[in-house]
Amino acid sequence: MNLRRLLAISRKEVFQVLRDSRSLLTVLLMPLMLMSTLGYGVNLDTKHIRVFAYDREGSQASQDLLKRFQSSDYFDLVATVTDYRALGAALDDGRCQLAIVIPYDFSARLHDGRPVYIQALVDGSDNNTAELAIGYAQGVLASYGAVVQAEYLRKSNAPSVNPVLSVDARTWFNEDLESKNFIVPGVAAIVMAVVGVLLTSLTVAREWERGTMEQLISTPVTALEIIIGKLLPYFALGLFDTAMCAAIAVWWFQVPFRGSVIALMVGSGIYLVAILGLGFWISVATKNQLAASQIGLVTAFLPSFLLSGFTFPINQMPIGVQPFTYLIAARYYIVILKSVFLRGTGLSFLTAPLIALVIYASVMVFLAKRSFHKSLA
Amino acid sequence: MTRTNGISVEVENLVKRFGDFTAVDRISFQTRTGEVFGFLGPNGSGKSTTIRILCGLLHPTSGRATVAGYDVVEAPELIRRNIGYMSQKFSLYADLTVFENLRFYAGMYGVPSTELRGRIDWALEMAGLRGRESSLTGTLSGGWKQRLALGCAVLHRPPIVFLDEPTSGVDPLSRRLFWELIQRMSADGVTIFVTTHYMDEAEYCNRLALMNGGKLIALGTPTELKLGSIRGSLLLLECERIGDAIERVRHLDGVRDVAVFGSALHLVVSDEAVAPAIRAALEADGIAVTGLHTIRPSLEDAFVALTTRRTDTPAELSQ
Repeated sequence: MNLRRLLAISRKEVFQVLRDSRSLLTVLLMPLMLMSTLGYGVNLDTKHIRVFAYDREGSQASQDLLKRFQSSDYFDLVATVTDYRALGAALDDGRCQLAIVIPYDFSARLHDGRPVYIQALVDGSDNNTAELAIGYAQGVLASYGAVVQAEYLRKSNAPSVNPVLSVDARTWFNEDLESKNFIVPGVAAIVMAVVGVLLTSLTVAREWERGTMEQLISTPVTALEIIIGKLLPYFALGLFDTAMCAAIAVWWFQVPFRGSVIALMVGSGIYLVAILGLGFWISVATKNQLAASQIGLVTAFLPSFLLSGFTFPINQMPIGVQPFTYLIAARYYIVILKSVFLRGTGLSFLTAPLIALVIYASVMVFLAKRSFHKSLA
Repeated sequence: MTRTNGISVEVENLVKRFGDFTAVDRISFQTRTGEVFGFLGPNGSGKSTTIRILCGLLHPTSGRATVAGYDVVEAPELIRRNIGYMSQKFSLYADLTVFENLRFYAGMYGVPSTELRGRIDWALEMAGLRGRESSLTGTLSGGWKQRLALGCAVLHRPPIVFLDEPTSGVDPLSRRLFWELIQRMSADGVTIFVTTHYMDEAEYCNRLALMNGGKLIALGTPTELKLGSIRGSLLLLECERIGDAIERVRHLDGVRDVAVFGSALHLVVSDEAVAPAIRAALEADGIAVTGLHTIRPSLEDAFVALTTRRTDTPAELSQ
């Protein structure tokens, strides 16, 4: 390998990127666009679930219970109605996601210590929200139930009884369980996948289409010099985008950054080589800009989004799909990102995903080199 | 160049097939060091395919070819250090400036940094692009682009230069300038291998290979081709009603071939003594003959004669 030739290719590539406004805009705007759309748009938190209540008793006790819903962050008690039909209508047109019916003998049953049934009607058309709504509602009822029980025992002068088991939960790493804290760092993986694959997938294909490749391969330059020479500038652009994503995550979205910058850069660097290698391989194999960019999107953007564990936990995917996630470079990088941002772990804890990415990157560069022939046919 | 014994390019029974199509069909020839070797033939006759094989850009189906003494299949990288190549389509970077293109190719060919400035200056001078170093290459006109491409291809002073239709789509003045450059390089001992379909350009070549349908149909100096290709004599006939005249003379005894050249006809005849009989036959049909005399065949005549003869063995005319 000849360093002068390699750098000559890099310098040429830099001039071309700087003069190509579309590439420049992709580099500069893609992180901003994806960060803002995905950072704001993908929100898996369910708060302020709209609740309608039908209080058939209207007692002090039933109002107490409804206040507990009211005061929870998870629920908004939108209205109290006076018949079932109004509840049904509200569920039908989406004015409420959860309807609660308090029975007419609510306080009487409480008083006698008989079981009380609170009816909850949930809009199941969004199953994620429905499940969360039921869970949160059970939580509210359980805590209310505990208070009532304690009161009851106290009144009946029974010896005070403490619950046998209770959970004292404290969440680590993402203390408030805010989904933005794990979504936003993950966006960086997708931004880089798109920028990396999209830009590099064009670079070789363009030379074939314009005929400049024929002239280039008639010189003594080697395939590896072309590959590395072309990847270097895009590597720098990719690192720039990583830094930009990290800055937006920390300073705009207020995501905690607890790990080391070095761990982030090392992980990002290796991930970038993997993703640039993929783009390069596509470009070499297709020799056609349109095909290269289409394949680039399908192999980089969609899998990074859907199969990397970014939006859906991998262990909850169908068993048949799970093996495919190992083919997605973002899968390993997202582990690194979450660690660096939220866990604050250093490089030593990230050996497994880092090794996976190194192997991934080597395979991609190998495939790109093998597919690149200094020949026209 | 001691190992090549004065032979720059040597081709033996070279064949290139693309599927069922035979682009190059068992051709053999040699080019001598320092000559301008022209590859002449219509589009699709296999000229570009041959040049690409010689530059190591395509693998031959069978046969053997060496360039600067190196085998095209076994040592394409050694060949690439010894050649300059200019492809048919303009293939410098349109979004780089003149200077950036030159510096890029100087880097690709490994021009030593001590010579870099001098070689780039030489190329700028040669291409007439001094003062336009920072123009984007895409904005240059055809002639400048071609000369810049030539400059880029010879920055490393290669002993052999392959030029694939270097002057297609270039104005006549630029074409002449370009050929002057080629002659100068040839005088410096550089072997120039050039393809063209312009007959007038073929006259500038030391030797010509005529290609048709993938076959090498003739090889020799322009003069040898012109004289040797036509068996018999060539008559120029100027007359009225050319269409009728063609029909009339075509079947006369002693007339081998008739071709239209501008407003006149070229007749290939076995002997110029048949001229009076031709004149008499035309005038008998009421076609007025304004001129009929023997001429020296041009390359175009030679080419027409050779391609219509359809021989399977190339006419070696230089012996």
